[in-house]
Amino acid sequence: MMRQTLALVVAAVTAALSSASTARDLTIVSWGGAYQDAQRQVYFQPFTQATGVRIVEDSWDGGIGVLRTRAQAGNQTWDLVQVESEELLLGCDEGLFEKIDWARVGGKDHYIPEAVHECGVGAILYNVVLAWDRTRLQATPTWADFFDVQRFPGKRGLRRGVKLTLEIALLADGVPRDQVYALLRTETGVERAFRKLDTIKPHIVWWQAGAQPPQMLGAGEVTMTTAYNGRITNANRAEGRNFGIQWRDSLFTIDSWVIMRGSPNRDAAYRFLDFAKDPRRQASLLPLIPYGGTARGANEGLGADLLAVSPSNPDNLNVSLMIDDAFWMDHLDRLSQRFNAWLAR
Amino acid sequence: MIGRGRVKLEAALLLAPLLLYIATGFVAPIAAMLWRGVSDTEVPRAFPRTLAALADWDGRNPPGDEVFAALADELVAARAAGTLNAAAGRLNSDTPGLRTVVFATARRLARHVEGSPRAAILAADPAWGEVETWGALRRAGATPTDTHLLAALDLRRSADGTITAVPEEQRLFRAVALRTVWIGYLVTLLCLVLGYPLAAALVFVPRRLFGLLMFAVLLPFWTSLIVRTAAWMVLLAREGIINQAFLTLGLVVEPVQMLFTRTAVLVAMVHILLPFMVLPLYAVMRQIPRAQLRAAASLGAGPVAQLVRVWLPQTLPGVGAGALMVFIQAIGFYVTPALIGGGADQLLPFFIGFYATQTVNWGLAAALSILLLVGTLLILALFGRFLGLAQLRAA
Amino acid sequence: MSAIGRLLWVVLSAATALFLLAPLLVVVPLSFSSASFLEFPPPSLSLRWYEALWQSPFWRQAGLNTLIIGAASTAIASALGTSAAIGLWLAPLPGRRAIFGLILSPMIVPVIITAVALTFAFAPLGLAASHWGLILAHAALGAPFVVVTVLATLSGFDRALLRAASACGAGPITTFRRVLLPLILPGVVSGAVFAFATSLDETVVVLFLGGPEQRTLPRQMFAGLKDTIELTILAAATVLIAASTVLLVAARLLAARSARLASAAPR
Repeated sequence: MMRQTLALVVAAVTAALSSASTARDLTIVSWGGAYQDAQRQVYFQPFTQATGVRIVEDSWDGGIGVLRTRAQAGNQTWDLVQVESEELLLGCDEGLFEKIDWARVGGKDHYIPEAVHECGVGAILYNVVLAWDRTRLQATPTWADFFDVQRFPGKRGLRRGVKLTLEIALLADGVPRDQVYALLRTETGVERAFRKLDTIKPHIVWWQAGAQPPQMLGAGEVTMTTAYNGRITNANRAEGRNFGIQWRDSLFTIDSWVIMRGSPNRDAAYRFLDFAKDPRRQASLLPLIPYGGTARGANEGLGADLLAVSPSNPDNLNVSLMIDDAFWMDHLDRLSQRFNAWLAR
Repeated sequence: MIGRGRVKLEAALLLAPLLLYIATGFVAPIAAMLWRGVSDTEVPRAFPRTLAALADWDGRNPPGDEVFAALADELVAARAAGTLNAAAGRLNSDTPGLRTVVFATARRLARHVEGSPRAAILAADPAWGEVETWGALRRAGATPTDTHLLAALDLRRSADGTITAVPEEQRLFRAVALRTVWIGYLVTLLCLVLGYPLAAALVFVPRRLFGLLMFAVLLPFWTSLIVRTAAWMVLLAREGIINQAFLTLGLVVEPVQMLFTRTAVLVAMVHILLPFMVLPLYAVMRQIPRAQLRAAASLGAGPVAQLVRVWLPQTLPGVGAGALMVFIQAIGFYVTPALIGGGADQLLPFFIGFYATQTVNWGLAAALSILLLVGTLLILALFGRFLGLAQLRAA
Repeated sequence: MSAIGRLLWVVLSAATALFLLAPLLVVVPLSFSSASFLEFPPPSLSLRWYEALWQSPFWRQAGLNTLIIGAASTAIASALGTSAAIGLWLAPLPGRRAIFGLILSPMIVPVIITAVALTFAFAPLGLAASHWGLILAHAALGAPFVVVTVLATLSGFDRALLRAASACGAGPITTFRRVLLPLILPGVVSGAVFAFATSLDETVVVLFLGGPEQRTLPRQMFAGLKDTIELTILAAATVLIAASTVLLVAARLLAARSARLASAAPR
């Protein structure tokens, strides 16, 4: 009896191990949580059903160091990874990613131009927007109003850090979107941004986690705040809030898919990217989580309610400014120091 | 009759597989990892000639032309060979910003070189005109090196070779080491305060209650650490059980933040490690003849005198063994602080994991590991000798 | 002892015992809750979270991985550990203290160091992010427990039996199988129980060394707890508590049995 059980256990373990040691499946890595749940429903499961290619999922919290470690330790178990724009730039420069063969994913023209990069295919587009509570403030404020505490009394929420804060200050000061970064590359531009920030410094509440702005708005702690568009839409949907989103002069960025260099599943990764490029499929992410698709036409045929919350809806996209990561890569250290000194003053 | 030599051979053969296994599959990897804490390979691989040329540099003025020439060649070569990335990362962990400097310089040199290598490099990035940039390069070039160990103690060697403390705002690890020891000490103390009476109760409790009490100690002891951590998260969360109870009872008007605090870490760690205090204490207390207490009483000793003069001294070996086991485990905790603690409650192990996987600073991760392992072994050796390791094993 | 002192002692001990048990006593009923949130006491009982656990491919795979890695590492740890314990017991070897230190080292080295070191060492060998890598690591972590428990059982074993067996013409293998093993079996099994429990509990090495296909129950719980606390995690926790209880009872019974055997062995 005992001997038979033992033999059975040995057989089962051996079988499991030998199957586990064969070539691994396509491993896709994303941000986890509710977002990855939505991706699973919209992309991962339908892809496996349609092609029979099995997907192994992993999740991570970002950080170029994680990718560098994996490359250097020879611990290459990730194939397709969703990265933020900063990691895309750095990792591409350092040769951590494969160069994208655009012919295999529908050609560059299939996507909006911002989603095309040497090493990455844009996955989603999202914004940092000006948000306010419509039940407390009936106007539709702009960045200029954000800095006008006479007309709109109350606190202002801003993300703690120099990134985006300087851009917003210049936009509020009347600088057109397309001149913001050119101006910030000069000393006068930086000076002008800090002078503008001086005008509301005592009224600013600094937030750090993305979950905070909707909470601060809901509690009436701030009159206006910067926030991720997805958090605001989710608060409206899930908690029945009536928060407004100002798309004009909001700042957007793109998360991209990259293929890790030397991935043995490159072909499967391209098949997935080809599958995920379908604009209709990308649009079906919006009802679950309000991030914009990157394929041209991902916003066609959407109802007005979805169009209103879609970051890649041309009406919203054309009035937004893309965050310039190349600028921040060069200037973040220096400007952070100056910002911290300004904050402590 | 089997010869003595034959038995010894048999014994050695029986022992060999496990010893070999642990030596190759466990000790060797750890030794290799710790070796990284005193060695540097990335920069020597990318810039061997530059480092050789830097060998007799004075460390006070920018080096000579031959060094610039070697660097110009090797920057371009390393970029092509793919070894530049690791080297730039290593330099950047020494001096933040150097990664950009190295990559930008290599990129420009690969495009075109005008004039002398010195002029070309300085034109590509003026940072090469600073002594400390070269100091960083030289620091990263030697094996064995004390760079990582010094960094783990918030110290560094400047370009001219003197050891100085890093600037105030960059200091981290001394505070982390102190915090690790302090939390270990607090957890040990709390375990002793709670565990001592409980262990004594196990000895004196009526038989029918003994089983229940022992179960209360053994079940948590056998339950996964991650399960017990999860249980505390459920209890302490903002919308958790304790907050719900407080709100219902009207003790508070809004939920108290308990998770991600130092207190939460202490409570969970004490809960997880308490059995390691109770069990050795119980093992020692059980051996003390009760007749001694009765004898003391009959000789007129009061309850306090019985406790202090007769009972306490005999339990000291158990106190020592329990405290040792709790403390050395506490300073190695990773999972519980990571889940329950805030940023200011992370112990040394968190930083080892961080530098090993989040940034490519393996030298620092290894140096911190050396710190933790040497600390653990020292405590074990000092107190283990003092207590006799036999008690540890019995528990 | 004075009455007040005694009362204080009783109250403090009872409170500590409650402190030890309470967290587990909260988790178990909550896992049977019909609610979606941490409501205590649960509004009504249901098995929905166990169903969710069973339905989820992630949790199922994690359970399977836990069993595979646990079983295989226990088998290796038991074989090597038993053999080594017999070797240690058979004859006094030079450097016994050093040998013992080496064998116990996996228990002493902080597990984060083990995890990082094995990840670096195993990655170039293709053992990182593989079942085999975790099995080898867990076997090293579990083997010391086997050595210690088997050695404890052997201390009650009469060496004369071995001489008697060889005098009767039994070879070393027959002696081991027919004489030694049956008598020390409770010790071996209880060592195996410890080794399995070690693998079942182990989180840190799995976090660093394991890949996405090596998710075990502890790793899956760790990932879940970092996000939002879903009640499926508590169902998984309850399953692990049940497993621990079984192991605890097994270990107690085996300990009692080997103690009986040791005292019954002829002197």
